[in-house]
Amino acid sequence: MRIESRQEFEAAVAAARQQGADRRREVLVCCGTGCLANGAAAVAQEFATRIEADGLDATLALHAKKTGCHGFCERGPLVVVQPEGILYTKVKPKDVAEIIDKTVAKGEVIPRLLYKDPTDKKAIEHYADVPFYKHQVRVSMRNIGRIDPADLDDALAHGAYAGLARALFDLTPDQVIAEVEASGLRGRGGAGFATARKWKATRKAKGERKFVLCNGDEGDPGAFKDRSIMEGDPHAVIEGMAIGAYAVGAREGYIYVRDEYPLAVEHVNLALAKARERGLLGDNILGTGFSFDLRVSRGGGAFVCGESSALMRSIEGKVGEPRAKYVHASDRGLFDLPTVLNNVETWSDVGAILEHGGAWFAKWGTAKSKGTKAFSLVGKVKNTGLIELPMGTTLRHIIFDIGGGILKDRPFKAVQTGGPSGGCLPADKLDLPVDYEVLTANGSMMGSGGMIVMDDRTCMVDVARYFLKFLVEESCGKCIPCREGLKQMLHIFDDLVEGRGKPGDIERIERLSRGMQLGSLCELGKSAPNPVLSTLQHFRHEFEEHIDAKTCPAGMCRELTVYQIIEDPCTGCHLCTRVCPTAAIAGKPKQKHVIDPALCIACGACFDVCPEDAIRFLPKKHEGGGHAPAGH
Amino acid sequence: MPRLVIDGKTVVAKEGTFLLQAARDAGIDIPTLCEHPAVEPYGGCRLCLVDVTRPEWDGWSKMVVSCLFPVEDGILVSTRSERVTQTRKVVLDLLLARCPETPLVQELAAEHGIDRTSYVPNPEPTDCILCGLCTRICDRLGTSAISSANRGVGREIAPPFHEAPPDCIGCLACAEICPTGFIQYQSGSARRVIWNKEFKMLRCPTCGRGHITEDQARYYDGRNGVPARYFEPCDACKRKEQAAIAVSLMAAPEGR
Repeated sequence: MRIESRQEFEAAVAAARQQGADRRREVLVCCGTGCLANGAAAVAQEFATRIEADGLDATLALHAKKTGCHGFCERGPLVVVQPEGILYTKVKPKDVAEIIDKTVAKGEVIPRLLYKDPTDKKAIEHYADVPFYKHQVRVSMRNIGRIDPADLDDALAHGAYAGLARALFDLTPDQVIAEVEASGLRGRGGAGFATARKWKATRKAKGERKFVLCNGDEGDPGAFKDRSIMEGDPHAVIEGMAIGAYAVGAREGYIYVRDEYPLAVEHVNLALAKARERGLLGDNILGTGFSFDLRVSRGGGAFVCGESSALMRSIEGKVGEPRAKYVHASDRGLFDLPTVLNNVETWSDVGAILEHGGAWFAKWGTAKSKGTKAFSLVGKVKNTGLIELPMGTTLRHIIFDIGGGILKDRPFKAVQTGGPSGGCLPADKLDLPVDYEVLTANGSMMGSGGMIVMDDRTCMVDVARYFLKFLVEESCGKCIPCREGLKQMLHIFDDLVEGRGKPGDIERIERLSRGMQLGSLCELGKSAPNPVLSTLQHFRHEFEEHIDAKTCPAGMCRELTVYQIIEDPCTGCHLCTRVCPTAAIAGKPKQKHVIDPALCIACGACFDVCPEDAIRFLPKKHEGGGHAPAGH
Repeated sequence: MPRLVIDGKTVVAKEGTFLLQAARDAGIDIPTLCEHPAVEPYGGCRLCLVDVTRPEWDGWSKMVVSCLFPVEDGILVSTRSERVTQTRKVVLDLLLARCPETPLVQELAAEHGIDRTSYVPNPEPTDCILCGLCTRICDRLGTSAISSANRGVGREIAPPFHEAPPDCIGCLACAEICPTGFIQYQSGSARRVIWNKEFKMLRCPTCGRGHITEDQARYYDGRNGVPARYFEPCDACKRKEQAAIAVSLMAAPEGR
């Protein structure tokens, strides 16, 4: 039924809340992409089957809900039993009967399914006590994991569209912009442009027809926050965009989602249909006379289409390539009409800001970076997943308290932030508070919130080369500095990791980087040297060792490294022979093993798995050339 | 009209024009490779980069491509600042690595003091500099028969699926506008071949020469309503015919 007034909206919210309250017991099954990959669909199905077969909805008032990503993907599939908030990890369909019989029916906790703290091995019962969650402050991800994204009433019960209702019923467009300005919200897609300024410019721009766009073309390696928001709480995006449209005077918008996110496309489309059905989108929203509608535009998966001008060309049906932006999108954007483009997370913040007020959001953060920020925490960290924290949180807190520290307690080496436009920060930067300014000042950037943690078994030259390879494939190729520059930069890095580095390479890298920064057409090319320059800034000695001594200090560059088994500590446990991909390790059980150098590809799998530290790596001797001694 | 200073010279430019034009009108040369008056500016070759600042910007300046930057009142433009020259050199050095055997690129690089690329030369030298002039003129004519395909290092100019392009009318605009002669074709009185597509020529009834393809004549008929028979006599024969009429008129006694 369409909601056509403030009273009807309030009644709809109250009814939705009552429905939630009637379900005294609730089981939340995470059905985010990570948990689905681990088999969450079967777990959810098992709950549904049992509830229906045994009539548990009547006897126990039990309801099973498929939610979006809880963020703790490392431990999935996740199940939360409400109202106690008991968190079960790595749940399998065969565990379902036990969860219902013991936890739901009798309130007994099942210890074997509980999360165990990796530091003290103690089991933790409650969701809210798990360190991964305890330190988080969720705004853009406020309802992910709590609601069923396919159920609009469930979203309403959890506060969805309350910000839109306030904007439309109580505020003028200028007051809405003032509220966003007071929040200090800046673009969560990475560049950090002040959202209110963008909106003001678009509001002022001449023209009847204006657009609001959502950038859901998240493509950085290791980043998945936008995906989780679109999958787990699409209403937050829709609500934010409707508020933005009201503020700038737009009646139309597009959500640009990459097609590699099929679940996001499905959930957003479903949410759009339901919002339209209830009068939260379309003509005469909430009976206020304001009309606005949204469509999904699916991207073909080019990284460059996350760049604003390329994204707009792509929606227009043209080749997704950037163009020079000496005229702002607020004046000439999509179809050359005034346009606001914001990131998924930015839009998701807007609804909460309008509901609670700009000052509420601005109470978190640093002087110039307000509010909270979502990060995808991945790499060599114990607790990988999706987190949201106040701006200004230190890297150390993120990596060691929330992330639980480095896998196998190896030494921390660097954290890469900001994806292919960002950079790597070393251990002496761990106490930096994370905000836009600090990251930029240290040669990295906020980017889309990807954080890749690296341990000592990471070659920084190779890391820079990885991002170059990514960008070589993702550059659109329109301008010479980016297309040809990346190709030549990769040539230099291929030489470095394969032992062909020569004096002067560092200077060549720096000169080419500067040419690309100054000469490239769009931000992809301008920022492409960032991963290179930041590793050079903080790990210059590693470059020098690759060039001068032809050695890889991390033992990761295969052409520069040989692996050997040290006799004494080797117990012949056989673990290494099992992981060796080329069967290069020979040895009888309980006897010393030996690596055949002719077969060994120096992948290092044996080194990583050896429990006795019996495997070492040495610089490979190069024909005719000197090499550094072992242990260099 | 906006007044600006380019390389120390005060220039009055027309409202709505771009810096490149304003500079050229003032006799200041800026190198370009992807610019052509027949098509919209593109900003791909990056050679026309200049430094732009304002007196009140406190020493801060930005680099822009002059082919796309609209003239503004009061700006100071440098077409040869240190970083502009350096960046231009990097761009030409990179382009020379891509096209080491292309005379146009060699000459332009040499003008900037680059005789050999300092990067790894393309093992399969090409004359295509990916300036996009061919695809833009094809779009401008409304045919859009060819396009850029793939991205990054794999980018190339190609007809759809590398097959004879169905929408090509054989007008040769792409080959004519190509600054390096990369786009090859054969054309005779009876047939023309470009992009692996063969065209029959519309032949002049007088001299028998083929000067336009049948597809081209049909395309103009459908687009502008110019009938195909208009194109039948070739330009030379048309002129001869007109001249003959003029001569006969002049020869006729006056006053009749």
